[in-house]
Amino acid sequence: MRNWPELIRARFRAGPAQAQPAPPATLRSDRFRQAREGDWRRLEAIVTAVEQGRLRRLSDADLLDLPVLYRQLASSLAVARETSLDAAALAYLEALAQRAWFITYGPRENFRGWFMGFILGGWSRAVRAIRFDILIALALMVAGVAAGWMMVAHDPSLYGMLAGQDPERNPGASAKQLRETLFGGQDQDALAAFAAYLFGHNAQIAILCFALGFAIGLPSVLLLLQNSGMLGAMLWLFHGKGLLFDFSAWIAIHGTTELFAILLAGASGIHIGRAIAFPGEFSVMASTAAAGRRTAPVMLGVVLMLLVAGMLEGFARQLIDSTPQRLLVGGFMLTFWLVYFFVFGARK
Amino acid sequence: MSPESHLRPDQREIVTPEGLTLRFTLAGRSARLGALAVDLACIGAILLGAILALVYTQSGLGQWTKRPDARHAAQFLFILWTALMFLLRNGWFLIFELGPRGATPGKRMLGLRIAARDGARLTTEMVLARNLLRDIEIFLPMVAVFSALGSSMAGGPSAGMVNWAAAGWFLLFALFPLFNRDRLRAGDMIAGTWVVEAPRARLEQALSAKPGAHEAPPDYAFGPAELAVYGEYELQTLERVLREGHHDAMEAVAHAICAKIGWNAPQGDEVRRFLDAYYTALRARLEQGLRFGRRKMDKFDGAGR
Repeated sequence: MRNWPELIRARFRAGPAQAQPAPPATLRSDRFRQAREGDWRRLEAIVTAVEQGRLRRLSDADLLDLPVLYRQLASSLAVARETSLDAAALAYLEALAQRAWFITYGPRENFRGWFMGFILGGWSRAVRAIRFDILIALALMVAGVAAGWMMVAHDPSLYGMLAGQDPERNPGASAKQLRETLFGGQDQDALAAFAAYLFGHNAQIAILCFALGFAIGLPSVLLLLQNSGMLGAMLWLFHGKGLLFDFSAWIAIHGTTELFAILLAGASGIHIGRAIAFPGEFSVMASTAAAGRRTAPVMLGVVLMLLVAGMLEGFARQLIDSTPQRLLVGGFMLTFWLVYFFVFGARK
Repeated sequence: MSPESHLRPDQREIVTPEGLTLRFTLAGRSARLGALAVDLACIGAILLGAILALVYTQSGLGQWTKRPDARHAAQFLFILWTALMFLLRNGWFLIFELGPRGATPGKRMLGLRIAARDGARLTTEMVLARNLLRDIEIFLPMVAVFSALGSSMAGGPSAGMVNWAAAGWFLLFALFPLFNRDRLRAGDMIAGTWVVEAPRARLEQALSAKPGAHEAPPDYAFGPAELAVYGEYELQTLERVLREGHHDAMEAVAHAICAKIGWNAPQGDEVRRFLDAYYTALRARLEQGLRFGRRKMDKFDGAGR
């Protein structure tokens, strides 16, 4: 052990010098291994650095050589599997090949790059890809609103079941009371907290609506029907007191964004459900996985839309206190989303 | 020999674009549960820390209640809390799995990672999709079970029944990985991913190329008859015994080999040298067979004879 400084220094030196000087091997597979061990260890060092996120510390030469080293390793492994019975070396090669494969075929871009592509067209493409399901979901929502309206018109006692018990908004309330729920919120405090609460609540519901698509889409359909039924019942209530127009504006200012987002979430859930129930020419697994990958960006967009809707509902609706202005904002948002989804980048 | 026959039930093979078959080991269900527990513990710890910090700040605000700013500050704290809750519930798994290791801290601790099932690139869409379903697989079943427990303790039997039905329905999602061969959870199925063991192996020195191993004493000259009794399975067992290096185990193996080939069993220091020499000789013979396309899997395999 007198040469210990040299041994320690050798451990920190890069590349094949690290390996102990080995005597020439007797077995052919060991000579094969000795000839390539340096490259394997270099690839291992690069892979470890990438895995630990230390990309900056890698030299350009290392990064350029990564694909070459990976291919060499792949061929080494293929040869070793057929010629070597050194179980330890084979296990090492298998593991290193997998790690290098994860790096070489890992996500090509970072999240920021992906997100830019998502905003600049990926989102719109994803929405357009499920337009058939959007039509189904839209039809369901329209049907839900109509059903909600008709049920309550038939029997007003159903209102509490459809829209929830509310001390202010109920069939017994006077027109004046109902009017007060629509206007005069601008001196309210804690608007930002209200917006944050609305966003958190709605986003979780939307994610649920999507996730339940996994149960062949039926719960998504039910959630859509329930929410639009509630809207229908409220529309009937305000219509009865001659406030339909004001109420529509009150809903529209954030609703064109929020209901659109819920529509997209429901459509995504239905898309998944359809892919599971009717896989067509693919296997169920392949069809489901493809549907999930198509709808995941839509759902990220839904969360962003609900963030916008929460702010519109929390701030804009409380601060803008007139029906025409509310309709203007709501109409503008609807136009914006429609153009962004169905016109923007559609020709490519 | 069919290509599948050498796979363990929890192993899967994919073919990369280079034509290389890679063998993945699916993560065990208990390991995944452990990883989830670690992640949930981390989330819980962060939540606890945030609650303590918020309560502390809020109580500090208490002495300023006369001033209008205090209400704004409280409002800001509420927004912070909502954002944190949303991020922890939906973002924790997502952000970590988008990283280069494709694993949350819990998965990393247990040596797991996610991978695309078809052998292609792991994409952002996949990670998004598999984490969007976590809500109905983890959080809602937990809430449902707890509320069912609570209602059956407090309320009447009918409310308990409804809650238990809901809990059972959500548990179907939570227990999904128990009911399929690839141990996919619902999110994995939607995304086309699976959870595999993250490979990690150090390169050990070859036993046959160790200093001194090639200077086998001349009296250990094994003839074809003495080497033909064993196959690859026995060779790997011998390699494992040699790497572990327990003297008793090596002596037992040496006795077994000698009984089989009719030699006198070596004693003391001789055991290691005998086994090294036999290992090298057996590997040389079996590898030679390999090069000629004759594979002898184990001692019952007649192909090498």
